[in-house]
Amino acid sequence: MAEIIAGIGTSHIPPIGAAMDNGKTGEDYWKPFFEGIAPAREWMAKTRPDLCILVYNDHASAFSLQSTATFSIGVADRFPPADEGYGPRRVPTVDGDPALAWHLAESLVLDEFDMTIVSEMPVDHGLTVPLSILFGQPDAWPCRVIPLAVNVVQYPQPTGNRCYKLGKAIRRAVEAYPQPLRVAIVGTGGLSHQLQGERAGLINTAYDIDWLDRLVNDPESIRHIGHTEYLRETGSEGIEAIMWLVMRGALHANVSEIFRYTRVPVSNTHYALTILENRGR
Amino acid sequence: MRETRDYDDIPGTYVFDGERCRRGYHLNMFCMSLNQAANRDAFRADEAGYLRRFPMSEAQRRAVLERDWLEMLRQGGNIYYTFKLAACDGLTMQDVGGLMAEPQVSGDAFRRMMLDGGRPIAGNRSKKERHDG
Repeated sequence: MAEIIAGIGTSHIPPIGAAMDNGKTGEDYWKPFFEGIAPAREWMAKTRPDLCILVYNDHASAFSLQSTATFSIGVADRFPPADEGYGPRRVPTVDGDPALAWHLAESLVLDEFDMTIVSEMPVDHGLTVPLSILFGQPDAWPCRVIPLAVNVVQYPQPTGNRCYKLGKAIRRAVEAYPQPLRVAIVGTGGLSHQLQGERAGLINTAYDIDWLDRLVNDPESIRHIGHTEYLRETGSEGIEAIMWLVMRGALHANVSEIFRYTRVPVSNTHYALTILENRGR
Repeated sequence: MRETRDYDDIPGTYVFDGERCRRGYHLNMFCMSLNQAANRDAFRADEAGYLRRFPMSEAQRRAVLERDWLEMLRQGGNIYYTFKLAACDGLTMQDVGGLMAEPQVSGDAFRRMMLDGGRPIAGNRSKKERHDG
């Protein structure tokens, strides 16, 4: 049977991808960051999951205001990098897993999570920057990826609690899949940042660290945090953190945090990365 | 106008709700069109002419032509969309952040603010708190 072996949380800041694509990782601004995340890459290279379910949001690339879906799952064989307004990133095309993706789609809808099923879509920095963070610059991504997109652009975003419950449903679906796959689930976005308005540049480190501690050790205590608290405390784009709750919901109640790295700032954002492994049931 | 909501109390923040989406729809779809290289070229060649392809309001057209980033937000723009226009101009998120600040600051000054830990939450949580403070 398939199994979720670990959860990873990471911000998906576009300049991280641009720094790698343009050979700037050795510059003063970037060197400490890439040294900081190196242990996560080592863990990934050692753990080698067969597949990642990557929870992210699209930024007006594949989707637009024309039609806003709260939760979408990509069931294609391949997902090309998107042109987000400055040319597509020169990174490998992402290979999907249509068989497992359709299994997840069917299982989740029958479990009353009404997924939008996407057969064709490009993927933007929300998905490819986390892959670059975790895998570096290979000629081909070393594992298959199922994109799971969450609307965090149009208010109202799904609640944190709904995201957490979706994670639990994903775990049930994965564990019912008959093939022996080792699956990692990645929650992306956040933590505090605000890109827009007179308050642009907001960072709230103390709030983020407390939230992250509770995500690891006491997720029940943060699943009911409401939209206004996220918007107020972590900035208008900080609400992306709800996507980490999908990841956390897919893990056991007890987890071990085997790695954490945070940095202020990466671009306009409080960057955070965590790796969580299940600690028995 | 809709009823007052609790998030209206957050200073300097334009929550992209249904009302903003309705107001800004065509402005945002113009920005989205810049995802295509051919459209970026057409826009650069004749900005006002290109904008006529979209049923935008005069205020929205003016905000785009004047690159008034805050006014675009007030007119229903969403930052992920308006940033496509900024990227088309070769601006970074720090440049745009500086241009939306009050008073405006340069991209370099905004970048320095971020390196110093960003805009603090203290004093920036609530309009009411600021007013009472």
